[in-house]
Amino acid sequence: MSGATDAAAPENRIAVATQRQLIWWRFKKHKLAVFSAAVVLAFYMVAAFADFLAYAEPFDTQATRSYIPPQPIQWFDAEGNFRPHVFALKGKRDPRTFKLSYAPDPSDPRDLVLFAHGYQYHLFGLIPTDRHLLGLSHGSPQDAIFLLGTDQLGRDLWSRLILATRTSLTIGLVGVAMSLVLGVLLGGLSGLYGGTIDTVIQRVIEVLRSVPTIPLWMGLAAAVPNSWTPQQVYFSITIIISLIGWTELARVVRGRFLALREEDFITAAELAGASRMRIIFKHMVPSFLSHIIAAISLALPAMIISETTLSFLGLGLRPPAISWGVLLQDAQNLQTLGLAPWLLIAALPVIVVILAFNFLGDGLRDAADPYG
Amino acid sequence: MLTYLARRLVLALITTWAITVVTFIIMQLPPGDFVDAYVSQSSAMGSSISAAEADAMRQAYGLNQPFYIQYLKWMSFVARGELGLSFEYGRPVTEVIGDRLWLTIILSIGAILVTWGLALPIGIYSAVRQYSFGDYVFTFVGFIGLAIPNFLLALIIMYVGFRYFGLNVGGLFSAEYALAPWSFAKVWDLMEHLPIPVFILALAGTAQLVRIMRANLLDELRRPYVMTARARGLPEYRVILKYPVRAALNPFASTIGYLLPFMVSGSVIISVVLSLPTVGPLLLRSLLSQDMLLGSSIILLLGILTVIGTLLSDMLLMWIDPRIRLGRDT
Repeated sequence: MSGATDAAAPENRIAVATQRQLIWWRFKKHKLAVFSAAVVLAFYMVAAFADFLAYAEPFDTQATRSYIPPQPIQWFDAEGNFRPHVFALKGKRDPRTFKLSYAPDPSDPRDLVLFAHGYQYHLFGLIPTDRHLLGLSHGSPQDAIFLLGTDQLGRDLWSRLILATRTSLTIGLVGVAMSLVLGVLLGGLSGLYGGTIDTVIQRVIEVLRSVPTIPLWMGLAAAVPNSWTPQQVYFSITIIISLIGWTELARVVRGRFLALREEDFITAAELAGASRMRIIFKHMVPSFLSHIIAAISLALPAMIISETTLSFLGLGLRPPAISWGVLLQDAQNLQTLGLAPWLLIAALPVIVVILAFNFLGDGLRDAADPYG
Repeated sequence: MLTYLARRLVLALITTWAITVVTFIIMQLPPGDFVDAYVSQSSAMGSSISAAEADAMRQAYGLNQPFYIQYLKWMSFVARGELGLSFEYGRPVTEVIGDRLWLTIILSIGAILVTWGLALPIGIYSAVRQYSFGDYVFTFVGFIGLAIPNFLLALIIMYVGFRYFGLNVGGLFSAEYALAPWSFAKVWDLMEHLPIPVFILALAGTAQLVRIMRANLLDELRRPYVMTARARGLPEYRVILKYPVRAALNPFASTIGYLLPFMVSGSVIISVVLSLPTVGPLLLRSLLSQDMLLGSSIILLLGILTVIGTLLSDMLLMWIDPRIRLGRDT
């Protein structure tokens, strides 16, 4: 990379730009990828501030709140003044079908309050607080605000969805981190040494890729004992999905190593007597780091799908834990869907985040090699 | 050509071996051995099994011997086609699985055929009419297809079918044929039920293949020989179909090997959602109730079938691609 000392003339901009700048300029051209990056960032912000954005305690069950449809916020009061409020709900049981139906009670309006007090939690797992973005002037929020309705046990879907976002997005990150370690290690060995090691690792990858993964995952996940705590289940599921997910990353790393080995600047470094470690970390890694980042952003959605699928089948995370898959498990059969179609809303964030990651990954992959 | 074939065969054997080992490990993972499971199952059903009988069973399966001996014993059973008893159903595993395996195969192969049938023309169209309206539409649909996990797609289609068309899209047979013996009418009934699951299964794979086909064909269309062909006045369809499409087809064909495991995986999931009588729901149930002999047998059978399918697709590839047929290894 040339120094930035003579960067004055604008026409020399491209000639003197650092690789990082070139990648950024190329990435900016891909509008959809930039937009997707913002979406992904927003999702991770939701994950970081999950408890703050939720308004109802996600585990608080109440039989009298079973299957409440989503309720709109009333923005104006009877006099036409701007005053966001919700009505308390009155449940009535149909004498013939025993089905609960709900009707808003206009005589009992409750004002919405920003930064209200609610249930206790620890922000970032550290700071104890009870502030939430939304709350009510009087009465507990889980009895009156139903932005997305409730599930069978009367738990608020919005709050659960927000907390599920945290679980599902972090499980993807942890899973990718693990497959990254495996992929870089094995792919690196494969590309660096070649010969027998390369052949063996390549065959292992071929074998892994020719096995139908979902039955295999199901078998492994079914063996996770019921007595394990949610944390233990979480980590065993991450390990299971990353055990098979590393192959694609290993392929990318190996390919980059093979391509770079032939480059002149590597030969030059070798002739100058640089040690192998120095060559790898000083010369090779910086030039393929961007490729790895692109591969990661394409691997993340696959991880998220795997976790969602396993939990959906009842073999992944289990009910005290909340993830997108666990939420969708409730929407598994037609009877429930006919009764409470809003449970299907949990599918929306899955689709949006996976699309966003795919576009982001596409943009990053194009930008990773800004000289092409 | 022979080296290629030999390499594929050896790889298939290694894969099969790896699958048996993994299956065996899965079978061993739950606490206690399967004789324990059998004993507790029987006592729950009212009949009791004496300790001596249980010991005899352990002896027969070699359960009190080291791990590798247990594995070899189990393999010798499997090699003879004896997959043992399903404790949940109290019947031999082979009998419980029955027709379901074939329906899984039909579903997967059907999905691959549809994937091919759709991806080829769409890929060619998208490449030849690059950046046209149709190209954008297919790209968009493709992205959606890639982004929606197929179980979600199944769920959504099932809901829409039920809510707006009053259809029940689940199952592979109408009620009157579900338990009937095979007949021409039953096959026809199956044909009527197949399209929806097959389409759901094929969508993601199609989206992937269209992208590959489009990229490959675009690369080929820029080659000088295409311009030469055009300059010599060949009709446009010949210019495109004769050489560029054929050249672009090679990497296309090699993806079947990865498509098959993908389809088999997907069929398990969507069968659970749409309650199709394939091995998918059976596998899920057996795993949830820790009926490990049945569960691991299904995993084993699916794995081995996939290996055979991949091997067949490799041979197909050999037939399509003269570079492999004539023995120039890359």
